[in-house]
Amino acid sequence: MFPPLPNPTVQPTPAVFGEQDLIRRSASSVPAPARQLTPMAKLIDVSKCIGCKACQAACLEWNDLRQEVGSNVGVYDNPSDLTPDSLTVMRFTEWVNPETQNLEWLIRKDGCMHCADPGCLKACPAPGAIVQYSNGIVDFVHENCIGCGYCIKGCPFNIPRISKVDNKAYKCTLCSDRVAVGQGPACQKACPTQAIVFGTKDDMKKWADARITDLKSRGYKNAGLYDPPGVDGTHVMYVLQHADQPQIYAGLPANPRISLIVEVWKGVTKYAGLAAMAGMAIFGALHYLVTGPNNVSPDEEEKAKHLAGGPAS
Amino acid sequence: MTAYDVEPGDAVHPGDPVQVDRYTVGARINHWITAVSLVLLALSGLALFHPDLFFLTVLFGGGQNTRAIHPWIGVLLFFSFAGLFIRFWRANLWEHTDNVWLAKLRDVLTGHEERLPEVGKYNAGQKVVFWSMSVLIIVLITSGIVIWDQYFSEYTSLEQKRIAVLTHSITAIIAICVWIVHVYAAIWVRGTIGAMTRGQVTGGWAWRHHRKWLRELVTGKGDRNTTVTPAK
Ligand code: HEM
Ligand code: SF4
Repeated sequence: MFPPLPNPTVQPTPAVFGEQDLIRRSASSVPAPARQLTPMAKLIDVSKCIGCKACQAACLEWNDLRQEVGSNVGVYDNPSDLTPDSLTVMRFTEWVNPETQNLEWLIRKDGCMHCADPGCLKACPAPGAIVQYSNGIVDFVHENCIGCGYCIKGCPFNIPRISKVDNKAYKCTLCSDRVAVGQGPACQKACPTQAIVFGTKDDMKKWADARITDLKSRGYKNAGLYDPPGVDGTHVMYVLQHADQPQIYAGLPANPRISLIVEVWKGVTKYAGLAAMAGMAIFGALHYLVTGPNNVSPDEEEKAKHLAGGPAS
Repeated sequence: MTAYDVEPGDAVHPGDPVQVDRYTVGARINHWITAVSLVLLALSGLALFHPDLFFLTVLFGGGQNTRAIHPWIGVLLFFSFAGLFIRFWRANLWEHTDNVWLAKLRDVLTGHEERLPEVGKYNAGQKVVFWSMSVLIIVLITSGIVIWDQYFSEYTSLEQKRIAVLTHSITAIIAICVWIVHVYAAIWVRGTIGAMTRGQVTGGWAWRHHRKWLRELVTGKGDRNTTVTPAK
């Protein structure tokens, strides 16, 4: 068993990280932080998940959210997708293993992966609406959010959702408020099987190694850790029984990375665009300086008069 | 048959100087609604385009309002431009002499209009502005609706939205560049602005820049095959 995090004291505790630990801030820059926090991570062991959705309930509870009652769409997923209120959703896949002909019930807890290279933050046009701390947490700052939906286009995992109520983007915070006082995320606290554990990223990788060894000894020869390098790794990682084919877990991308289109949009387009507009204006100014105004001469007015047949002057 | 590029309301009034009616009140109002909405769209769009321009959101009452209002101004622009299109498309049809004019762009830029073919209501530069704006605005409204998440997010895939937002930003930049050319031309060529404020230009202006149009107005007729000789 993974040693559980101790319960919190009831005394108010100062936050262990904050503004001063930002390493990225959307549409703006931050000074290099004076210290580097220990990278933290949540490890989700899909092989241990029983699909009870205690984590979903705990997430609603801790974040004081109410998911509107929906209707059954024929599968266990409930709600059927992430919403501005449901920051995490269990995605159920019935998969027949072609080698064993066994039906395997793959249950993946979907939600923000807290990418080390976050596409949401890269796409965001509003200064300070998305921030990244040196411990790896990517957080949305709602006062600064303008509701444009660019983060959704930037995210390789299709995670953020815009609220129809206040037009702001919502996603899992990795319980940054709990982590700031030495706690783990609410979902982790609620998980009855320790399919979700939380700690330093190094410890999580070690713990994952032990889990993978165990799974391999049980015949899951492709068991492995999902910490995709395309986004420089994530601070939410999965242990997968079949890490060679992440897509079978309700479309988990095999090699996620920020879309090339988003890179072009937020890279060369931005600079070339400003340069083109400035270039156009400068060309105009120079042209005017060189040629001066294009004036009509009195002679031309005369000719027009002649043509129009008006009284000659 | 009246000339294809003489628009309703165009007329010559002999006098000193000769005055030529170029735009009706309707056309002018239509133009200024288009102009104002285009400028507001450029400002609100650029605010989201580059972080250094985000401060422009204060003009619209903050980021949330900027984001919300921009697409609505876009809808206004689309319909308003459609009005201009219906008014002006005929006179903007491309002609052989337009190629000659474009080939002599150097003379245009150096103000040697005597070396150019006589021009009808619009010269090739104005026609390029007209047609490129027509295409750009159609691309902008199409891509704009795809990324208008508040109302239309469920109709397209994420990948389509990514393509649309890139298309929208590149098209917007081109449209702004075309707009700069358009406004600069109106300032550089003296006597032009009056066409869109008072609706009139002087006879000399028409003689210098749009002589074929002036001749057609005076004779009250003209057609696409009017022989064109370089002006003396
Ligand atoms: C014609 C109808 C148009 C529609 C429906 C439309 C819609 C949109 C939408 C939905 C956005 C995303 C931000 C937001 O939700 O406000 C946007 C961004 C933008 N729009 Fe438009 N727009 C239109 C026309 C224009 C025009 C004419 C221009 C420029 C002259 C323009 C320039 C921009 C720019 C620069 C952006 C930011 C793109 C980026 O962030 O890279 N738009 N537009
Ligand atoms: S998963 Fe999406 S929302 Fe979460 S950090 Fe990565 S890009 Fe941002």
